[in-house]
Amino acid sequence: MDNQTVLQQLQSRFGDAILSSTDYRDELTVVVSKERIVEICSFLKTDPALSYDLLADLCGIDMFTPTNRFGVVYNLLSLQNKHRLRLKTFTDEENPRISTVTGVWGAANCHERETYDMFGIVFEGHPDLRRMYMPDEFEYFPLRKDFPLMGIPGSLPLPKK
Amino acid sequence: METKFEDVSRRSKILQALEDQDTSVQFEDPLESEMILNMGPQHPATHGVLRLLVKLDGETVISCLPELGYLHRGYEKLAENSSYHEFIPHTDRLDYISPLSNNTAYVLAVEKLLGIEAPLRSQYIRTIISELARISSHLLFLGSLAMDVGALTVWMYSFREREKLYDIFENLTGARFTTSYARIGGVAQDLTPEVAAMMKTFLAEFPKNLNDCEKLLNRNRIFIDRCDGVGVISREQAIDLGVTGPTLRASGVNHDLRRATPYLMYDRFDFEVPVHEGGDSLARYYQRMAEMKESAKIVMQALDAIPTGEVHAFKPKKVLPRKHQVYTRMEELIHDFMLINFGIDPPDGEIYFAIEAPKGELGFYIVSKKGEGHPWRFKIRSPSMVNIHALPTMLKGAMISDLVAIIGSLDPVMGEADK
Amino acid sequence: MGLEKAMGDSFVTTKLGEAINWCRKNSLYPMPMGISCCAIEMMAAAGPRFDIARFGSEVMRFSPRQCDVMIVAGTTTFKMSKVVRKIYDQMPDPKWVIAMGACTSSGGMYRTYSVVQGIDLFLPVDVYVAGCPPRPDNLLNGLMLLQKKVQRGESRGNAPVYVGDFNPIPRQAV
Repeated sequence: MDNQTVLQQLQSRFGDAILSSTDYRDELTVVVSKERIVEICSFLKTDPALSYDLLADLCGIDMFTPTNRFGVVYNLLSLQNKHRLRLKTFTDEENPRISTVTGVWGAANCHERETYDMFGIVFEGHPDLRRMYMPDEFEYFPLRKDFPLMGIPGSLPLPKK
Repeated sequence: METKFEDVSRRSKILQALEDQDTSVQFEDPLESEMILNMGPQHPATHGVLRLLVKLDGETVISCLPELGYLHRGYEKLAENSSYHEFIPHTDRLDYISPLSNNTAYVLAVEKLLGIEAPLRSQYIRTIISELARISSHLLFLGSLAMDVGALTVWMYSFREREKLYDIFENLTGARFTTSYARIGGVAQDLTPEVAAMMKTFLAEFPKNLNDCEKLLNRNRIFIDRCDGVGVISREQAIDLGVTGPTLRASGVNHDLRRATPYLMYDRFDFEVPVHEGGDSLARYYQRMAEMKESAKIVMQALDAIPTGEVHAFKPKKVLPRKHQVYTRMEELIHDFMLINFGIDPPDGEIYFAIEAPKGELGFYIVSKKGEGHPWRFKIRSPSMVNIHALPTMLKGAMISDLVAIIGSLDPVMGEADK
Repeated sequence: MGLEKAMGDSFVTTKLGEAINWCRKNSLYPMPMGISCCAIEMMAAAGPRFDIARFGSEVMRFSPRQCDVMIVAGTTTFKMSKVVRKIYDQMPDPKWVIAMGACTSSGGMYRTYSVVQGIDLFLPVDVYVAGCPPRPDNLLNGLMLLQKKVQRGESRGNAPVYVGDFNPIPRQAV
């Protein structure tokens, strides 16, 4: 099972949903369109030859470009073939929404909550979308590039001395 | 025999006594109701600042909700603002029970991004310290699980062993605990024969000391009753929830990153990957005890087979030069200045690199942009965060007193889970 | 005192307040607010090699109502600060606070949006122990400094009330 075989299978089945792909340091990254992400993920998990059954990581990324600002990156691992794959989808800045993949992998639950907390990307269909690390009343999204490292003074409460 | 009238008035008195301004629980019949218990961030047995909201029916747990974030220090944003070299001390504080393992993982990820390789001797040294860090982490697991369940002596024994390991680390790296030992392109200092002798002495006494702890626990009626059949997670549930590490292997899945995608020198050594069936707390305990013995075997083989040579790669524009050269030669001075002030200049690209940390799969996803000395995006895939979110599955149907044994057998570290 | 010279070693004369402070300093029960990495060094200080029990801190009581000194060990975030303050308020007088490590003294190596830059922004601190993490012997040194402070009867929190003191108004120490 190598990168070329996986890419060919994906392209033959999904055609134009596969936007681009790169192979850097022996790792395959495939950029897909966000409308068919759940379909692609279920295919990758249930297909007996590919069988990417462990979702190692799901994170967000802020490209800080005028269009397609936010991306979601899925790092997959296949236990039977011992092969890793990376999927990326992009969404806009005004209304960042992507369908959830908690139906495919249960591990996506906590990762998507963390991505929502840090970037503000809303996952449609998520059973329990709320903040994970910051307090619930926090109004900003820390990992966006326009949020300063030191934070915004007054955004988090401190008890009185 | 009570009449209906007396029954009703007794019940209304209980209702009045239980309801006051501080409770916000609504119920019709106070003796048959569910309760939400807050096992707060400050608790003797939660292994750090983990908050668990547990819904109870009497003493049985119906569901639970873990709440993280009490130790969120903003690592990922910090990494976007510091250079690759500056971030090495921060990786110590991730899984703060085995800091040498995290250093190695980070440095390997950056080396993969840059496409450089450290010399052979430093790879052997990194293997040795990763395995010693695994032993140290599992010893703390042993002490904490035993202490939570009630056996305090084992905690004292395991801390005595950990102090010996701290002596070795201090002699090798300069610090007991937060070592920052690995460097991009090698390790910081060489392994002296004195340290190698200390390691051999430790390993010679280690099986006997571990046996002392096992004698106290393995056939102990109380320990077995508290841990057997408690906190079961099946094979399919574990893979679906993304659980990795000893917890996954104790549920019957033979998956170890040291064998699946070998890194460092693991493909040259002869060791077994133990796998246990059952998926309960007792299986996780046996799993980690077996892993400690395998780690000791790996360290013995590595110490015998270690080659001589350099511990620093020679890649002037990417690897920090040695200090004595910086003080005496011109090019090394310039390279040192550029690397410290402006950072390494990596190519455009992204990688994901994971190792088998003592708690599970510790992965780093780094996106770099050409011309910038710090990463564009740095994601830490922490095993403890994913393992903690497997708690609701494990806790279904357990009792309150089992909560402590289950969390202890899962061995989460909040520094890593909260990043 | 003249009486001791006359009568020998069989008794000692002192002020009641000093005797009580001597008892207090030799039995400081710590409340371990172990949050992150410094907690491991605090546990090592309670371990067999650097024994904290020989200084009188026999047990680490986890209930705040039974403790004298709170050792805050680990990075305090804004979310956790409310919890730490709540537990500090539950401790009975007299109480002291040891800020262990760089993160509690001044935010440490984390100058980020979610870390409180020093717990003295919301807690009165008596002793600062430096280090990242401080060695267990360093923590014991801090405990010994605190013992000297207890002997003098000072506290950054509410000042201890002496037995026999008929003006029990909380007063700020010098």
